[in-house]
Amino acid sequence: MNIEDIQPILEAIIYVADEPVRAEQLKEVFPEESYDKLETVLQNLVEEFNSRRGGMMIREIAGGYRMTTRPEYHEEIRAYLKSKPGARLSMAALETLAVVAYRQPVTLAEILAIRGKKSTTALRTLLEKKLITIVGRKPAVGRPILYGTSKEFLIHFGLKDLAELPTLEEFAQMAGDTL
Amino acid sequence: MTNGDDGLDEQQAESGENAIRIRLDCFEGPLDLLLHLIKKDELDIWNIPVARVTEQYLEYLQLMRDLNINLAGEWLVMAATLIYIKSQMLLPPEPAGAEDQAEPDDPRTELVYQLLEHQKFKNAAQMLYTREEVENSVWSRPPAETLEEGREAVSATLFDLLRAFHEVVKRFEEQSRMEMYPEEVSIEQKIEDIRHLLLVHNGLFFSHFFRDAASKQHLIATFLALLELVRTGEILIFQKLAFEDIRITRSGPRTA
Repeated sequence: MNIEDIQPILEAIIYVADEPVRAEQLKEVFPEESYDKLETVLQNLVEEFNSRRGGMMIREIAGGYRMTTRPEYHEEIRAYLKSKPGARLSMAALETLAVVAYRQPVTLAEILAIRGKKSTTALRTLLEKKLITIVGRKPAVGRPILYGTSKEFLIHFGLKDLAELPTLEEFAQMAGDTL
Repeated sequence: MTNGDDGLDEQQAESGENAIRIRLDCFEGPLDLLLHLIKKDELDIWNIPVARVTEQYLEYLQLMRDLNINLAGEWLVMAATLIYIKSQMLLPPEPAGAEDQAEPDDPRTELVYQLLEHQKFKNAAQMLYTREEVENSVWSRPPAETLEEGREAVSATLFDLLRAFHEVVKRFEEQSRMEMYPEEVSIEQKIEDIRHLLLVHNGLFFSHFFRDAASKQHLIATFLALLELVRTGEILIFQKLAFEDIRITRSGPRTA
């Protein structure tokens, strides 16, 4: 198929998808086409779509492509939807999540050592919101549960992948500066 | 009720006295309070005046006690650590002797690294906060509703549970193990483990909970934890057919 024919179809698929669309999923729709070609079409589409400066944009999130509204229009959208900003994660939950994100796979005891306090409630909230998941058990005494971040984590924070997070060293620098 | 109350007695936190809540949101744990004390007076983290900080820390502790807040153990552990460091610093430095030529260890070093590490993750949390704010200003298609799998099953009886547990123990004994660890196994921890596993998985087979047990104590603690959760109605146990492996699920959305 021609690139010009595939591109609008990919746009339509990204629109209807309820989670980020990955190249592998598109391959199932276009078994004849190569990965390279599909990737190229995706890149073209994203560039073209986003340069339109419309109300929507296509973003790379959690290893796939997702269509969202542009953040700068949030006030008007909220006014139309008559919605208030959603409930935010507490600082305790965010701190616990940061430890899990940077130290994964990590046990409860290791989180306790860094945060200096028990974090079971925060951990439960994060599990309930599916932002973290159980990735296994540590081969140590008591076989403690190991926690890691989930795909939902990437989606929630608009991350392409974990590598997109700033490195811990950057925060170490900041910590040295603020203290 | 948010989840920022780890360090507090839950009942106290739920009584919802705003003034107290605000203060405690700032000082969620002892490390947060110490960082605050250091920043407040612009102290040098590499040269913390321990006597002064300890005194202020203990004052805050007293204040929280006066406000009738039950403090979690870690607050007291930190108080003990501070007092210990303070006493170490009062000791005359060991004479630079024949035995250890290395510079005497500063008793504060470990705490300083702990504080820096904590600050690092606080900064990372701040970054996540900002990112979340951006993502909250963006809309995409909501996920389509998925049909929930029907649950046609017989609920299992205590007898079924005991029989299943007997199988688990038998299987465990068949494997020869050489490791011996004197260790404490707490049912509370097992309860929390089970809760976490069931948050991630919709339902699990009974045997799953015993898969990685290190010792018989672990098996027993896990079994007692399951019984406790059945008793409180937090989990449901059922099987498709009699004598089939028992499945365990959460009984419904938690309201906590």
